[in-house]
Amino acid sequence: MGTRNFVWNFTKKFVTFGLITVTVSDRYVTVVPVRGGSMSPTFNPKTDSFTDDYVLVEKFCLQKYKFSHGDIVIFRSPSNYKETHIKRIIALPGEWFVSRHDQDVHKIPEGHCWVEGDNAASSTDSKSYGPVPLGLVRGRVTHVVWPPQRIGAVKNTNTPDKLPSS
Amino acid sequence: MSFMNHIRTVAKEALDRTSIIAKFLCCLHFTSSYLCSPTHAYGPSMLPTLNIAGDVVLVEHLSPRIGKVGYGDLVLVRSPLNPNRNLTKRVVAMEGDTVTYFDPLNSDSSRNAVVPKGHVWIQGDNIYASRDSRHFGPVPYGLIKGKVFFRVWPPSSFGLLDN
Repeated sequence: MGTRNFVWNFTKKFVTFGLITVTVSDRYVTVVPVRGGSMSPTFNPKTDSFTDDYVLVEKFCLQKYKFSHGDIVIFRSPSNYKETHIKRIIALPGEWFVSRHDQDVHKIPEGHCWVEGDNAASSTDSKSYGPVPLGLVRGRVTHVVWPPQRIGAVKNTNTPDKLPSS
Repeated sequence: MSFMNHIRTVAKEALDRTSIIAKFLCCLHFTSSYLCSPTHAYGPSMLPTLNIAGDVVLVEHLSPRIGKVGYGDLVLVRSPLNPNRNLTKRVVAMEGDTVTYFDPLNSDSSRNAVVPKGHVWIQGDNIYASRDSRHFGPVPYGLIKGKVFFRVWPPSSFGLLDN
């Protein structure tokens, strides 16, 4: 009888804890690892290091879908829903901007954004699959939380050549 | 001293109540975003299937997660043009297919399109009054929120929705 009681209590605690974790990470804030070097100077600066960066992602931006230039967001890949990508927003809905990649003028459709990785050389981003619907965005990156020597807020670098030329 | 005890009891009570409410809300969130949630579908775009006045339907969220959305399924999709809106449409074609579509509002001839990798082609059942993939193109699979499978309201048509 005692063991059964113990198992029951343990399961109850475990399920409660799981539910709370899922809710908080879906609605408010979560921590995700960054894999690969597509955001290289900002995250994972050394490609040969064994430790990935872990970043804090806030989800409050998903209530209004208001973003600004230079925000780093995580979003589901448009070509494979199981993958999550992390990129920087370059242009917002309804804007015209000149891509440095092919010197073409792009118009961002309503409800979409243009995302690019900081490491242009090794990044699969809007240059290959076009503008990304905002509905795929899963959160905004605010801080690096691991490794310890790199803990700190993420700078919203708005370099002049990345500003949309209107 | 008894006053302090009283305060302590009240605080404990309040804490217990709050934690019960918090657990309940967590449960609610989990159910509505991972299992099943009701939604209100209105508008003329799905006319023979769903009424214009608005049906309350149940949406299950398991199938899109495990990739089990197929041809002819009614799906709830986050609008690619406005992420705060949801659309109820039918999946007509999956990735790699060639669709021949006809848009009576814009042109008289039919056109072809190829659905790229990881996308689906969605269309309303009422092709004369529907804004769907014929306007905004194929939508990424990641925008599918759930599969509509059950109608709750109006009571006269209570029951499973078949494809």
